[in-house]
Amino acid sequence: MEQKPILEVKNLQISFQLNFGTNHVIRDISFHLNKGETLAIVGESGSGKSVTTKAILGLIDDNGCVEVGSCLFRYQKDNKDVEIDLLKCGKDYLQKNIRGNKIAIIFQDPMTSLDPTMKVGRQIMEGMLDHKKVSNRKAAVKRTLELLELVGIDLPEKRINQYPHQLSGGMRQRVVIAIALACEPDVLIADEPTTALDVTIQSQILELIKDIQKKTGVAIIFITHDLGVVANVADRVAVMYAGKIVETGLANEIYYSPKHPYTWGLLSSIPSMSGQNEEILSIPGTPPNLINPPKGDAFAYRSEYAMDIDFEEHPPMFQVSDTHFVASWLLHPDAPKVSMPTVLQARIESYKKRGDQQ
Amino acid sequence: MLKYISKRIFWSIITLLIIVFILFLLLQFMPGTPFDDEKLTEAQRIIMYAKYGLDSPFWQRFGIYLKNILLEGDFGISLALQKNQLVQDIVLPRLGISIRIGLQALLLGTTMGVIYGVISGANKNKWIDTITTFVAVLGVSVPSYVFALLLSYFFGYKWRIFSITYRHGAPFWSSILPTISLSMFVMAQTTRFLRTELIEVLSSEYIKLVEAKGVKRIKVIFRHGIRNALISVVTILGPLTVTLMTGSLVVERVYGVPGIGDLLVEGILTNDFNVIVMIAFIYSSLYITMNLAVDILYGIIDPRIRVAKGG
Amino acid sequence: MEKINKEMFTRISTQDHQVQEMVFDTGATFFKDAWKRFRKNKGGVIGLFAIIFILTMAIIGPWLGTHVYNELIAEHIDLPARVPFLEYFGIFDGSVNGFNPYIKKGLTDVYYWFGTDNLGRDLWSRVWMGTRISFFVAFVAVTIDVVFGITYGLISGYFGGKVDLVMQRIVEVISGIPNLVVVILLVLVLKPGLTSIILALMITGWISMSRVVRSQTLKIKEMEFVLAAKSLGASSFVIIAKEVLPNIIGQIIVMTMFSIPSAIFYESFLAFIGLGLQPPVASLGVLISRGYLAMLTYPHMVTFPVVVLSTLMLSFNLVADGLRDAFDPKMKGF
Repeated sequence: MEQKPILEVKNLQISFQLNFGTNHVIRDISFHLNKGETLAIVGESGSGKSVTTKAILGLIDDNGCVEVGSCLFRYQKDNKDVEIDLLKCGKDYLQKNIRGNKIAIIFQDPMTSLDPTMKVGRQIMEGMLDHKKVSNRKAAVKRTLELLELVGIDLPEKRINQYPHQLSGGMRQRVVIAIALACEPDVLIADEPTTALDVTIQSQILELIKDIQKKTGVAIIFITHDLGVVANVADRVAVMYAGKIVETGLANEIYYSPKHPYTWGLLSSIPSMSGQNEEILSIPGTPPNLINPPKGDAFAYRSEYAMDIDFEEHPPMFQVSDTHFVASWLLHPDAPKVSMPTVLQARIESYKKRGDQQ
Repeated sequence: MLKYISKRIFWSIITLLIIVFILFLLLQFMPGTPFDDEKLTEAQRIIMYAKYGLDSPFWQRFGIYLKNILLEGDFGISLALQKNQLVQDIVLPRLGISIRIGLQALLLGTTMGVIYGVISGANKNKWIDTITTFVAVLGVSVPSYVFALLLSYFFGYKWRIFSITYRHGAPFWSSILPTISLSMFVMAQTTRFLRTELIEVLSSEYIKLVEAKGVKRIKVIFRHGIRNALISVVTILGPLTVTLMTGSLVVERVYGVPGIGDLLVEGILTNDFNVIVMIAFIYSSLYITMNLAVDILYGIIDPRIRVAKGG
Repeated sequence: MEKINKEMFTRISTQDHQVQEMVFDTGATFFKDAWKRFRKNKGGVIGLFAIIFILTMAIIGPWLGTHVYNELIAEHIDLPARVPFLEYFGIFDGSVNGFNPYIKKGLTDVYYWFGTDNLGRDLWSRVWMGTRISFFVAFVAVTIDVVFGITYGLISGYFGGKVDLVMQRIVEVISGIPNLVVVILLVLVLKPGLTSIILALMITGWISMSRVVRSQTLKIKEMEFVLAAKSLGASSFVIIAKEVLPNIIGQIIVMTMFSIPSAIFYESFLAFIGLGLQPPVASLGVLISRGYLAMLTYPHMVTFPVVVLSTLMLSFNLVADGLRDAFDPKMKGF
C-alpha cells in the first residue's frame, strides 16, 4: 500500500542575516521521510544539514529566516489524521503539539546539551509532565526508570538523582536519547549524535539507536558528516553540499553506485575498515562561502570533473532510478563519460563482496 | 568542600592580619603620640603607655596592638572627635544603623536588579530591553551621592514626602531615601550582570534542547534560564558590598544618618586616626567575610561544585 | 530542458578553476570589523559624541565665557545662571525661588551662563576647568594602571609556575582589602593632592586589568601559533609583544574604557569626603562638594557640575558597552 511520507520538505530556502551580508544557508532543498525509515543527511560542516532540522522544529536563531518552502508533517491527533505545515503553524502550535511530543531531537554534544544544574531524572520527566503524557509524578518516575533502562543505563534508580556532570559523555548521550524518547515521538532527529564521542562509544550509541528504532518504529533523520557512520543504519541517504541536495537515493544506490563527484569524494575519504593499506582521498579546498553563493554548481570549484557549464548554471536533478536522483551535469547526455576514481571502485567492490558474504 | 572552605578561611585570616599590620604601620607614621593631651595626669599617662606598650620595641608593640584589637576590640582612644573616649565606644553604637541601611539597600537593589535583569535578558533587543538597559547604565554611571542629592532635593525639600534628614523617631521611614540612593547602583549592576548571564544561558545548547522538548518559553526561562544565570550573580555580592560602603560615606552625610560612614568622614576631616583605623578595619572584615560567604554559598548552590567536592 | 550548447560540456583542467572570492578577505580587518559593529550601537555612538563634546568644552570652554577663571567679584556672589536670549523663555533668566538677584543688584547687563559661587566666581569657567582636571586625573591614573596591570598580568601569566604563584597570592591579598580603605588610607598618609589621588587610583585600578591579561595570556600561550614561534627560537619578549598582546588588545581597550568613569567617580568622591583636591583648584568633585552645601537655596551651584559629571560617566560607560559588544559579542562581565 502506498503510504504518504510522514514528513515532506519542499523547496526550502533559509538565510541568516549577518553583519556583513546575508548568508544563504539553505538554497532550495526538498526531501521526504517515510514512516519508520531512517534517512541520513550527509555533508561537510556548513553544508546546512543542522539548520534544516532546526528549522523543522522552529529552533533556528533569531537572525535566521525561512524565505520560501514548506514542511508538511502528517500525524494523528485525537485519532484523526492531521496534516500541517510546520513552517507556517507558529511557534505556539509547535511547542504544544510537535516539539518533544511528535518530533524529538538529539544534539551533537552531550556535554553541553543537558542543564548542568538539574538532576537528569527531572530533565527526562520534564517533557512528559508538560505534555501530560503521564498522569502524575509517580508515573513519570516509573516511566523515566523504564526509559533509562531502555537506553542502557545501569543503576537507573541511582542515575535518576544524579547531575549531568556525574555522568560520562556516553551516558549523557544516552540520557539525551531518553529525553527524546520520553513522549514516544513519531520522528527522531539525530543531529550528529556520535560525533563528539569516543569511537567505541560511537558504535554503542549507533547500535542503541538502531535497536530503539526496531522496538519503537520511530522514523529517524540521521545527520552526519561521515558516510561511514550511517552505512549500517540508513535506509536512504541524501547528500548535501553548499545548501543543496546533490544526490539522494537508497542506501545501496549511494554506497554501491554513487554518481556525484562529491559523493565519490565523501566515500573515498572514509577511513578503510578492512585494515588494509588503502588510499584515502580527500576533497581539496573548502566549502564555498554562501554570502555570495557561486554561480552554477557550487561543487565545480573543487571538482576535477568540472565543465564550463558548471560555472554557468546549476544542474537540475537527473533521475537515475525510481529512487536515485543526482544533481550533476555529468549525467547530461551531452556530457563526456567519466567514471568514479579507480580507488573508490576497488573499494566498492570489496564492500559488495563483504556484503555478499554476510 | 570542607578542605576548600578551611583553605579559604585560612587565607581570609592572613589577609586580615596583613590589613591590621598595614593599619598599625600607618599609625606609626602619624604625628605625635595619642596621649599628648594636657588634661591627662602623669599617672593616667603612665597607665596608658603601659596598656598600649608605647615604650616597647616595634614588634612587641604590634603584638600588643593585635591583642587589644582581637581580644577586646580596643583601637585606642579618640584623638579629636570625642577626646580620650575609647574609639570602640564611639564606633560600635553607630555600626547597627549603617549595616541596617546597607542591608536594606542590598535587598532592594538585588531584588529589583533580578527582576529587571530577567525582563531585560529574556526580551533581548526588544524595546523593554532597551529601556531597562539604559536605566541600568544610568544607574552604574551616576554616582550614588547624585541620587542622594536629587532625592533629598525633590522628595525631602520640594514635595516634602519624606524627611530630609534621618530621624531617630522614625528609623525606617526616614531611612527610605538613603536606602533608595544606595540601592540604585546595586540594582543597576545586578541588572547588567544578570542580563548578560541570562542571554548567554538562553543561547546555550541545553536551552535549545529544553525548547525542543516542547516546554513553554516562560517555563524555559524560569525553570532553566534564571536558575543557571542566578548562580553566578552571587559572585558580584562581594564587589557590591564595597560599593555600598563607598556610597554610604556620602549618602549618610547628605542625609545626616548617624552611621559609621558619616563618622569616618568626620574622622577624616578632624584627623582622628584611631577612628579611621577602626572603621577601616570593620570595612575590611566585612568585605572579607562577605567574600568568604559568597564562595561558600556558591559552592552550595552550584551542584557542579557541591557534588564534586562533597561527593 | 532547454537546449544547451554542446561546447559547454568540455572538461576544464583543475588549474583553470576560478577561485571564489572570499568576502571575509576583502580588507575587513579586526579593527575595521569592530568599528563597523560599534557604529551600529546607538548608545555607544551618542556616548562618543558626548565625550568629544565635553572634552572640547574642557579645552576651549573656559575662554568662551565672558568672565575670567578664578576672579573673585564680591558684588557678584550667589548669582544663578543667566543666558542671553534664553532668558526670554523663562529659563536661565537669573531668578531663583521667584526672585532675581541680577535685577535686585542692578546688574542688568551681566550674564553668568552657569551662575556664580559663594565667592562670586564664574561657574562656567570653573566647571570646564574642573572637567579638565577630572579628565587629567582619570587619564593619568588609568594610563598608569593599564600599563602596570598589563605588565603584571603578562609576567604572571606568561612565566607561570612559582612566579605566577607568588604574584597571584599578592593579588589575592590586595584584592581582599576593599578599594575604599586603600584609597582613603593612602590619600590620608600622602596628604590630599593631585599626585596622591592619582597614586591611590592607580593602586586600586590595576588588579582587574592584570587578572584579565593573565587569564588571556595563560590561554593564548598554549595555542599552537605561540608554540610554533617558541620552537622557532623567538624570545619571550618578542612572543609577548608580537603574539600575546595583539590578541588581547580588544579586551584591554574595553577594560580601560570601563576604568575611566570609575576613576572620575573616585576623584569626585574623595573631594566630597574632604580628601580631594583643595580649593581654589576646581575639579568637578570640588565644585559638587562645595555646591551641595548651598543646594537648597542655590541649586545651580551643584546642578551644572553634577550634570557634566554624570553625562561624562554615562558616556564613557555607553562607549565601553558598545566597544565590548563590538570587540567580542560574547565577552562577559562589566
